[in-house]
Amino acid sequence: MPYVSPWREPVPSEGTMGEPRARGRFGEYGGRYAPESLVEACREVEAAFREAWADPGFRGALAELLTLHAGRPTPLTPARRLSQELGVRLYLKREDLAHTGSHKINNVLGQALLAARMGRRRLIAETGAGQHGVAAATAAALLGLEATVFMGERDMERQALNVFRMRMLGAEVVPVTTGSRTLKDATSEAMRHWVGVTGDSHYCVGSVVGPDPYPWMVREFQRVIGDEARAQCAAELRTGVPDHVVACVGGGSNAAGTFAGFADTPARLTGVEAEGAAGAARGRPGVLHGSHSLFLQDDDGQITPAHSIAAGLDYPGVGPEHAHLRGLGRARYVTVTDDEAAGAAIRLARTEGIVPALESAHALAWVIRAAGDGELAAGSTVMMTLSGRGDKDISTLKELL
Amino acid sequence: MTNPTLAAGPVERHLRARRDTGRGLLMPYVTGGITPGWTDYLRAFVAAGADAIEVGLPFSDPTLDGVTIQQAGDTALARGASTRRILADLAGIPEPGVPLVASTYYNLVLHDGSEAFCAALRRAGVSGLIVPDLPLHEADELAEAAAAAGIELALLASPSTPEPRLAEISRRSRGFVYAVSLMGTTGERAALAASAAELTARIRRGTDRPVLLGFGISTPDQAREAGRHADGVVVGAAVMRRVLDGAGPDDLRAFLATLRRALDQECDAPR
Ligand SMILES: Cc1ncc(COP(=O)(O)O)c(C=O)c1O
Repeated sequence: MPYVSPWREPVPSEGTMGEPRARGRFGEYGGRYAPESLVEACREVEAAFREAWADPGFRGALAELLTLHAGRPTPLTPARRLSQELGVRLYLKREDLAHTGSHKINNVLGQALLAARMGRRRLIAETGAGQHGVAAATAAALLGLEATVFMGERDMERQALNVFRMRMLGAEVVPVTTGSRTLKDATSEAMRHWVGVTGDSHYCVGSVVGPDPYPWMVREFQRVIGDEARAQCAAELRTGVPDHVVACVGGGSNAAGTFAGFADTPARLTGVEAEGAAGAARGRPGVLHGSHSLFLQDDDGQITPAHSIAAGLDYPGVGPEHAHLRGLGRARYVTVTDDEAAGAAIRLARTEGIVPALESAHALAWVIRAAGDGELAAGSTVMMTLSGRGDKDISTLKELL
Repeated sequence: MTNPTLAAGPVERHLRARRDTGRGLLMPYVTGGITPGWTDYLRAFVAAGADAIEVGLPFSDPTLDGVTIQQAGDTALARGASTRRILADLAGIPEPGVPLVASTYYNLVLHDGSEAFCAALRRAGVSGLIVPDLPLHEADELAEAAAAAGIELALLASPSTPEPRLAEISRRSRGFVYAVSLMGTTGERAALAASAAELTARIRRGTDRPVLLGFGISTPDQAREAGRHADGVVVGAAVMRRVLDGAGPDDLRAFLATLRRALDQECDAPR
């Protein structure tokens, strides 16, 4: 049975998705559970980020890169034919049109600028689908930094196109052969590597996970999605604010950035996870990769491997702020299956001429299901973030077609 | 100033007493559940002259361990090892004569809850605890639960730890201070890192609690050199590589005896 966590009414919004409390806490979640050897490095990143984020010069430089290099703002596209079929008014926030083909570029340009400001000469990144790795390699090339990307061997096979793109951009791609050979293991390996090179390398975490300040910092760098969408909705919609805001959730960065723009509105926020990787929907509290959050675990407390057709969702946990939003009932988290996601990808291609990333197709799959079973009332407006484009998934989709 | 030995628990008292005889301390590590008869390694360690033994409770995602201890953990987990089973094994052996110190990642502590976890350690005869992904500023809850259960929670200090924090770690650590010799993960290294001597000296300025150097110490020469700076050494990957290669308790006893001799020679040498 697909899992649905509850919303609570009335929707609490005061102060949610602001700065975390002391020690990087979102409610009871978050924190900085880093080995002692990384604590000082995390403190330095936090201090640098605080200072940069308050500096109009830094904000201006980032805004310029986002415009001139990454092609922002991305459009809000009404999905006309699909809306007609579904009986709801669906709008797509087109992160697939951002440079490198996904929202990952937003975060990476921010962190690469920060790394350069901190005097670091190299970026370290983990990647699942390869989109964060490609974005990191791109930002590194743009700013004259080196890049080392850790990627699970299994993901290197299923996302071979992105491995080639990273290498073409001059990045070193390090295969990770431990554990499930996917995103979780790539993240562990990147952290292990960082311990030895904190002096000259910045760990560019790819989602709203990791030790404080990463969940907060990455959400702030991604909030451009939500801020733009909010303004676009205000201009486009009669009601100004959509009834529903939907995004897929791996670690949760595109969803966090999207939700941040709507946290103080009456819009209902829904995060869509992969059925086999539902950290927010089905995880239990735990600590992994530096923060206290929700993780899939067995009865002994061992982390259980996730399974998803979408490499970028194939992570057994979720960022701590999502755990908190779930606890508050401000957002809810639902799951869809591999088949539903693949079906949604094909449907979007054929109705709107957009081939979405399999990750993003999860969000759409839920919209399709919820419009069908009446959970999305007929005629309601839905703003969905289309986090990336599907080129990288063509070989996976080919097997399914 | 209060006399720290008065507040010290059994692990610290034991290590202090041995150190004060001029002995370099040796704490070998074994991954719990690595082989069917894994507790035999404990006996061999004691016979070789171990002063305390670190028992790893394997975790699926050991983010501070290098390949050897990762492999050891995976092997143990594949054999069905779990916190519960390892502690049951320990409860079933005769009192080893030296303190047992559990080490694991924080998720396994949280999973049981700090209080229940510490109580279970205690029942199994474990008296110390190391949690490498639980830094000082997150350790309050576990430190309290450990103290209540009579478990000494040793904190780690790193070459990158800045000054006021280092003093706080030394002050709040129980049993001993675990000095991480280098900026890296566990695993054998060709030489003792230069950062080891400096870190140990910095810790010593703030405390006379025993200081054990760990990470990368794998040969008698390295143990001898480490013994010149610290009160003793922790030897993990060098032990577990041998275990993974099929070495039995007797082989490990012979290997650890070479480290024991090196530490003893260092202590006999004029300072
Ligand atoms: C296109 C796309 N969407 C979503 C994700 C999931 O990440 P997050 O949940 O951080 O947005 C990824 C990750 O690789 C991705 O490439």
